[in-house]
Amino acid sequence: MYMTAGKRRIKDIIAGRAMLVTTAFSTGLVFAIAMGLYLRARPLLASQPLFGLFFGETWLPSEGQFGLKPFIVGTVWVTAIAIIIALPLCLLTAVFLAEYAPQRVRSIVKPLIDLLAGIPSVVYGVWGILVVVPFIADRLGPFAVANLKSVPYLSTEYSAGFSVLAGGVVLAIMVFPVIISVSEEVLRAVPAEQREAALALGATKFETIRKVVIRKALPGLLAAVVLGVSRALGETMAVLMVAGNVPMAPKSVFDACYPLPALIANNYGEVMSIPMYDSALLGSALILLIFVLFFNIAARTVFGRMLREHIQ
Amino acid sequence: MKRRISEYIFIGLTTAATVIVAGCLIAILAAVAIKGLPALKWSMITQSPTGGYYLGGGGGIANAIVGSLYLGLGATALALVISLPTCLYLRVYLKKGRCASWIRLSLDVLWGVPSIVFGAFGFTIMVLLGLRASLLAGIITVALFELPIMIRAMDEVLTMVPSELEEAAYALGATRFETGARVVLRQALPGLVTGILLAFGRGIGDAASVLFTAGFTDNIPCSLLEPAATLPLAIFFHLGTPFEEVHQRAYASALILTILVLLASTLARVFATRFSKHTWR
Repeated sequence: MYMTAGKRRIKDIIAGRAMLVTTAFSTGLVFAIAMGLYLRARPLLASQPLFGLFFGETWLPSEGQFGLKPFIVGTVWVTAIAIIIALPLCLLTAVFLAEYAPQRVRSIVKPLIDLLAGIPSVVYGVWGILVVVPFIADRLGPFAVANLKSVPYLSTEYSAGFSVLAGGVVLAIMVFPVIISVSEEVLRAVPAEQREAALALGATKFETIRKVVIRKALPGLLAAVVLGVSRALGETMAVLMVAGNVPMAPKSVFDACYPLPALIANNYGEVMSIPMYDSALLGSALILLIFVLFFNIAARTVFGRMLREHIQ
Repeated sequence: MKRRISEYIFIGLTTAATVIVAGCLIAILAAVAIKGLPALKWSMITQSPTGGYYLGGGGGIANAIVGSLYLGLGATALALVISLPTCLYLRVYLKKGRCASWIRLSLDVLWGVPSIVFGAFGFTIMVLLGLRASLLAGIITVALFELPIMIRAMDEVLTMVPSELEEAAYALGATRFETGARVVLRQALPGLVTGILLAFGRGIGDAASVLFTAGFTDNIPCSLLEPAATLPLAIFFHLGTPFEEVHQRAYASALILTILVLLASTLARVFATRFSKHTWR
């Protein structure tokens, strides 16, 4: 294929422009999404104060009341439970993989964790319904009814299993891969010289990890957790399937709750018949997006110096 | 002595945590396999739902399997058309400048956007274009959802291609486009396939983005403008019925979906190892 130099140059320029267009498209997409949702949510934002939307207690679309508080509180509960469960497990696993595991074990466990990231969220939901929900309904629930009467956040009269706890457990497993893979990379990025210096001073491996490696890796580890939070906030189907979806702020982990993503997913089918409903749901999607973007950008900029240098 | 003991306790804790994490994966796969296998029948895969299917009548989920494959293939192709030039532009034209790092940040942030938000945005576009819930609207939405996944994976692969190769091409008088397309992309090919397969796996498994955009139907779609059933939604709707027999089918469908997704990610791994044999870091 012979072309003159001029033709090749023109081809180069055209290709460059075309690639610039796709790059601009991909880069601008996140702004376009935020903008699109904002424009669609504007009718509601114009007619109601933002404060009322955020802290309103009642959700009665047919009467024009769109209080999102129960859903925001539900999201916070489920995410908090997920992180409380996932945090210790993930950090310990990351330390094991980065510091203790022999190469052979690592090369088996890491692909398994990657596999976990690939499982569709509906399948997590099915597993939640098959395993987690019955376990809470038959074992943990009755145990709490009998023994945890006076403990705040754990007391309950009855639990059907579909609850904050079920959502939290399923979500915790879903954020495992994010937190583990990022924290492991961060731990491995700590220079070997610093470990060796501590070991040479007579520290045990545990002391070295605790006082040198973790301390050095702290911003990166925080970034990993914050990334996990932002992943958990937006997860929809699995939580929708196990959290019970009762539009009331939960008082105990055994109560049902109704996180924001579930609200959007469950109600979108019927929006056309009620005025402002569509606006309210896209407004909730916008709120969710803002939460997620906030955590994501925080993870990648404020805590993420180490993360960026060594991973991206 | 005390320090010795705390060392052992710590090793024990980290090992236990790892076992629990890996155990979760095995528990999930085992539960889906145990519940799904007995319910899996040949007719599940080969037939579409017949009358009364959701009450426990005959038929299968061929509509959802084919719908998901159409949707996944279409969306992956569309995402590829956008991500390949983007990655090439980042690698060959922008290199490691400030602009590139801003673009990468925005793509990373896009990667974090929840699929339900993509779904809501896709619905907004759909209304804007005057489309109904259809295969086309689903393909567009899922393509947007796959975009950051594919770009991130491919970008990582392209940055690993040694720049000496590129310089050799320039020294021979190749233009940037020729270098990018014939040297960098060719060298990274297996790695690019990994990115494509990963994105396909994520796209085919996602439910929230197709919930409002692809619709649902008992038929296999014949055109882009018809609604299409998808496996994740089929599972979700099956579980929504009160009948145990229909639930059984949800478990079988979950098994089919899991196998499809695991197949894609295993293939992706195979290509990834092939890629790492071809490059040196």
